[in-house]
Amino acid sequence: MSDRITAKNITDNEFFYGHKACAGCGGSLAVRMALKVLGERTFIALPAGCMSAVGFNFPQLCFSNNAIISTFAGTGSIITGIEAGARALGLKDYHVLGMAGDGGTADIGIQALSGAIDRNDRVIYICYDNEAYMNTGIQKSGLTPFGAKTTTTPAGKHIHGNVKNKKNMFEIVAAHGIPYAATASIAYMDDFIEKVRKASQVDGPSYIHVIAPCPTGWGIPADRTIEAAKEMVDCGLWYLAEYYDDEFHLNRDPNEFTSVSDYLKSQGRFKHLSDEDIALIEQGRDKKWEKIRAWN
Amino acid sequence: MSIKPTLREYKKPEKLSDYPEATCFEAGHLVTKNAGWRNVRPVINDEKCVGCYQCYMYCPDGVIFKKNDKVDIDYDFCKGCGICAKTCKLKAITMTEEER
Ligand SMILES: Cc1ncc(C[n+]2csc(CCOP(=O)(O)OP(=O)(O)O)c2C)c(N)n1
Ligand code: SF4
Ligand SMILES: [Mg+2]
Repeated sequence: MSDRITAKNITDNEFFYGHKACAGCGGSLAVRMALKVLGERTFIALPAGCMSAVGFNFPQLCFSNNAIISTFAGTGSIITGIEAGARALGLKDYHVLGMAGDGGTADIGIQALSGAIDRNDRVIYICYDNEAYMNTGIQKSGLTPFGAKTTTTPAGKHIHGNVKNKKNMFEIVAAHGIPYAATASIAYMDDFIEKVRKASQVDGPSYIHVIAPCPTGWGIPADRTIEAAKEMVDCGLWYLAEYYDDEFHLNRDPNEFTSVSDYLKSQGRFKHLSDEDIALIEQGRDKKWEKIRAWN
Repeated sequence: MSIKPTLREYKKPEKLSDYPEATCFEAGHLVTKNAGWRNVRPVINDEKCVGCYQCYMYCPDGVIFKKNDKVDIDYDFCKGCGICAKTCKLKAITMTEEER
């Protein structure tokens, strides 16, 4: 299980190139790096969402491996089908990967994902989470955090953006008893690519939930994508963890969090939040960490 | 030779039969650049670069590539997001006004 992939030894091959994602798009970095880890013999399925929209614009086809657009709801079932097909053909040394957005995973695609895990086939599912339905113009998804302004959860005088909390996809997936699941952030790249590599060695389904900021939807400059992804982890609103052998493992447990307020206030989608809103978010964070710290 | 889609000449279809028959086509088929999106241009200072490849690891477009233990940029596809300049701890990349 060793042989870590590093900046020095990672392949020069590029499998997601010339795409039309916005400048600084976090999702496109997640797709690019996952494919660099998994390699040419990877069948990737991407449902409706930004990554398929920016990757397949005939005659501009930006994947250099085998890639397909799935139905919005069907990432989980399509990767099961591809895996069954590849096995029936007697193919060897390949990976089957599904990469869906937060909407495509936590909302419309959740039952297909649940079924795919249940079938226990060797498929990798990565959710690139930009916390809203970005490709259709920033609507709230089940993974949009509390307080975020989207076009369907506007920031008004009385209601300050989204009133719901983020669904706990990582633990929902883990509750299936999946062989391997992990959370990640594109800012912690070594950690993310190591998790993709681990997933590729699992003889069964695996799931990675990677935070991938969208500068367009988050209201941040294009060059702040990585910083925002890092701040989210460092202020404790996201965490790096794994689930395997029926147990949770917290990978990173900082002694001190950076400022939640600074994280929120640097993004257009949270600009309207009051001090009380921010205090609520901090309380939610502390409650969450009390639980996850008990994992170790 | 590493695998990487490259820009190629594209002849616009003239008749229906020139179009692909199904909704599938050749992988890595690029016919347009992204250079026109760029307002600012990353410029690498080779003296300062130590070849840590962090910019390469964080480029969402994969346009930074290794060259002689340092890095270079494919300006055909760089959109000028500026992530590389922010990522470089040695400040070896500066964003400069794009000339038109
Ligand atoms: C069945 C169906 N419903 C709605 C849509 C419209 N649609 C296309 S992309 C998209 C948003 C996808 O959001 P997400 O999965 O979070 O990915 P992102 O665009 O944020 O990368 C929607 C609603 C669709 N293509 N198919
Ligand atoms: S809208 Fe957001 S997720 Fe979609 S391509 Fe642009 S930056 Fe990426
Ligand atoms: Mg999304």
